[in-house]
Amino acid sequence: MTIKELSEIKETYIDERKRELEEGVATVDVHMGTCGIAAGGRNVFSALQGEIERLGVANVKLRVTGCAGLCSMEPMITVHLPGQTPVKYGKLDAAKTREIFYSHILGGHPKAEYAIGQGLEKPQKRVEIE
Amino acid sequence: MISSVSKIAYCASRSCKFRKPIDVRSLLQKALDELGYRDRIGLVETECLISCYQGPSIMFLPGGKVFQVLSEEHFTETLKGFFASLQHPTSPLLSEPRTEKEIPGIEHLDFFAKQQLIVLRNRGHIDAEAIEEYIAHDGYLALYKALTAMTPEEVIGEVKLSGLRGRGGAGFPTGTKWEEARKYATFPKYVICNGDEGDPGAFMDRSVMESDPHAVLEGMIVCGYAIGARRGYIYVRAEYPLAIRMLRTAIDRAREKGFLGRNILGTGFDFDIDIYPGAGAFVCGESTALMYSIEGKRGMPRIKPPRSTESGLWGKPTCLNNVETFANVPQVILNGGAWFRSIGTEDSTGTKVFSLTGAVKNVGLVEVPMGTDLRTIIFEIGGGIRGNARFKAVQLGGPSGGCLTEQHLHLPVTFDSLQDAGAMMGSGGVVVMDDTNCMVDVARFFTQFSVDESCGKCVPCRVGLKVMLGTLEKIIVGQGEPSDLALLERQANHIAATSHCGLGQAAPNPVLSTLRYFHDEYEAHIREKRCPALVCTDLIRFEVDAEACKRCGLCAKVCPVDAITWQKKEVAVLHRERCIRCKSCIRACKFKAIH
Amino acid sequence: MRSELVHQFSEEQMAKVDAVIEAHRKVPGSLLVALEKAQDITLYLPVNLQRYIAAGMGIPPSKVSGVVTFYSYFSTVPRGRKVVKVCSGTACYVKRSGEIMDRLKQKIGVGEGEVSADGEYSIEEVRCLGACGLAPVVVIGEETFGLIDPEHVEEIIEKT
Repeated sequence: MTIKELSEIKETYIDERKRELEEGVATVDVHMGTCGIAAGGRNVFSALQGEIERLGVANVKLRVTGCAGLCSMEPMITVHLPGQTPVKYGKLDAAKTREIFYSHILGGHPKAEYAIGQGLEKPQKRVEIE
Repeated sequence: MISSVSKIAYCASRSCKFRKPIDVRSLLQKALDELGYRDRIGLVETECLISCYQGPSIMFLPGGKVFQVLSEEHFTETLKGFFASLQHPTSPLLSEPRTEKEIPGIEHLDFFAKQQLIVLRNRGHIDAEAIEEYIAHDGYLALYKALTAMTPEEVIGEVKLSGLRGRGGAGFPTGTKWEEARKYATFPKYVICNGDEGDPGAFMDRSVMESDPHAVLEGMIVCGYAIGARRGYIYVRAEYPLAIRMLRTAIDRAREKGFLGRNILGTGFDFDIDIYPGAGAFVCGESTALMYSIEGKRGMPRIKPPRSTESGLWGKPTCLNNVETFANVPQVILNGGAWFRSIGTEDSTGTKVFSLTGAVKNVGLVEVPMGTDLRTIIFEIGGGIRGNARFKAVQLGGPSGGCLTEQHLHLPVTFDSLQDAGAMMGSGGVVVMDDTNCMVDVARFFTQFSVDESCGKCVPCRVGLKVMLGTLEKIIVGQGEPSDLALLERQANHIAATSHCGLGQAAPNPVLSTLRYFHDEYEAHIREKRCPALVCTDLIRFEVDAEACKRCGLCAKVCPVDAITWQKKEVAVLHRERCIRCKSCIRACKFKAIH
Repeated sequence: MRSELVHQFSEEQMAKVDAVIEAHRKVPGSLLVALEKAQDITLYLPVNLQRYIAAGMGIPPSKVSGVVTFYSYFSTVPRGRKVVKVCSGTACYVKRSGEIMDRLKQKIGVGEGEVSADGEYSIEEVRCLGACGLAPVVVIGEETFGLIDPEHVEEIIEKT
């Protein structure tokens, strides 16, 4: 591994994300730390997966990420749609998740009643590779 | 662009049908038949697609474009028009991106806005199993910088400059520890990451190991380089299976990419890491005990000196740091010690992650600059007390810490600031208690915990704690005598003064701090044989206070054994001969009329 | 000694235990790991099995026993097929985990360290599971239940 390869991995990933956004791929982060799983995160994940498979939707990407920090709102997801501020949802179950899937992820209209907030946490100070 | 459509989803929700009673399914079937697309395009039923203002919606898949069916007339033509308007084979999901105004921005939510993330910077953002994502967020860049552009001494110098101190609780300066470990020319040397997060109520290390395991690995590798070690261990509690799995995956990925193993980044530096699952012993969080445990022995602390940096694992120089400490290291190297120093206070630099639990509204992980006061943590980030209860105490630092009260909420939290008040920051567990918690009972809980977890090596901890527990239990069942308070204090001070390791020395803290700030509660238990929080069952009379009773009958409803009788507009009557003292009525009564 | 153990466990289990012993016999400091793996196979470590492992690894039985009794992960008595673990961490405690423990004991009809008559359940108190955000927490087998209402704790047994 050289610095060039390291930056290549980084750039490839960033380009990939950019391309996905341009192609209109929606990304849903399901926050599945221990707390999230214990609160029912797996049900939320399989509800989303189930709908994606049933409808054969190609442009919704599911990701498993770690705890988002707000345990009392678990299980949580963050929905990233192209051209839209990401929205965090909390205290979900399979039924609420399906509503979000149709209304927001496919339909583009966030479900305000289940949302915690929109936007991401403060971006960290970035350091340029020399 | 009919070729891009494989399915049409149609809304089958009731409200759509109510708005316009159109049978979308047969309509679609008919139209597709007429167009000859029947075999190519499937139909699926969905729940509500969007708030359809005019009529039922249909969605073209896989693209996800939504149309509304406004009329049954000429539907085949309409459908053709829909197909024609599908310009791009993979059209964006949204025709017009729209965000509801009523969803607040994260920057307006105290829980998120008041935090500053260094250790938790990747929380919820990255897939811990994909090393590429970590790299894309500047991962392993610090390792690269350290190995290619810095000498081990410079790395240590940067860590020293940062002022980083051990996040496990003791607060020993990390740079100094590394420097010590580097000094000895005995090899091999070891790096150990302490992931035996034992304090009840603390879970920040678990979260870091689960959601950002590479940050921990990177910190450890940098440490190995700095002190001249080639081998590292992560000691993780067996109660954290997901953390262990994530770390295992991370180690495999890091080996594949050449961040672990031989000749790392082509610099000739070799380093590898193994995971060591602990077997459940609180005392193994103590560094010397932890090392014995890795050696396969009973985890009992030994006398220091020698320090572990001189003679640790297998008698070799060993550098042991906590998970959160290691996770800070890459950021210190990347952004410089001066940057890190600029955050927090003079003596406690950087941020600290707290796990905020108990009676607060927002339970979760909170990372704030060192020196943030308790009020901000509990009432702003935590959103205050849940329900109608009132704030009573905050317990910090686990079984080694103490309970503080309202009068301490202005105190900044740093390694040293809470000591005068009788508590400590510890590893960062913050358990908030409201007026339904009895502080004598809380003291008993922690003492019981320390009794269970005492390794048994020294008498003050093994026997002394047990004796102290006996005194507390006597008070709780109503047999306390006025002289017990002085006795308790004496017992606690003896244990603190004479125990062998830090755990025994700190074990009486919960008793001492509650004695100090909740003396009246002890007094109530002893002199009035009364538990003000109505927790200690033996001290509850189970009587209805006729003056306080609002005659609502709720207590009679919840009683599982019908021991309470009530008639409309009458004070409830509790029949003690039938009562099983389950306290259901006490919790149900909104007027505190049963005590 | 082995034949007695085969009777108590099974040939298959003992063969696995033998493999664990063989794999760790010569590795210094691997006793703890070997015991963890052995218990994963046999579910508990009675004294005769401890002696067997000690002999196999060339370690005095007292040392093995010392380690087994030190760490809460090990059990010297049989456990149920499903182990009900009640978290006793601070956050759970202040949310009435003691009461949950009592109710569960009553529901299953066992005390701590006992196995129910049908061999299905045993109940244990465990140190903080680190799921404090969902306190009070109970783990049954592999499944974690959070935010338990002590008044309705019996329901979670019915769910498993």
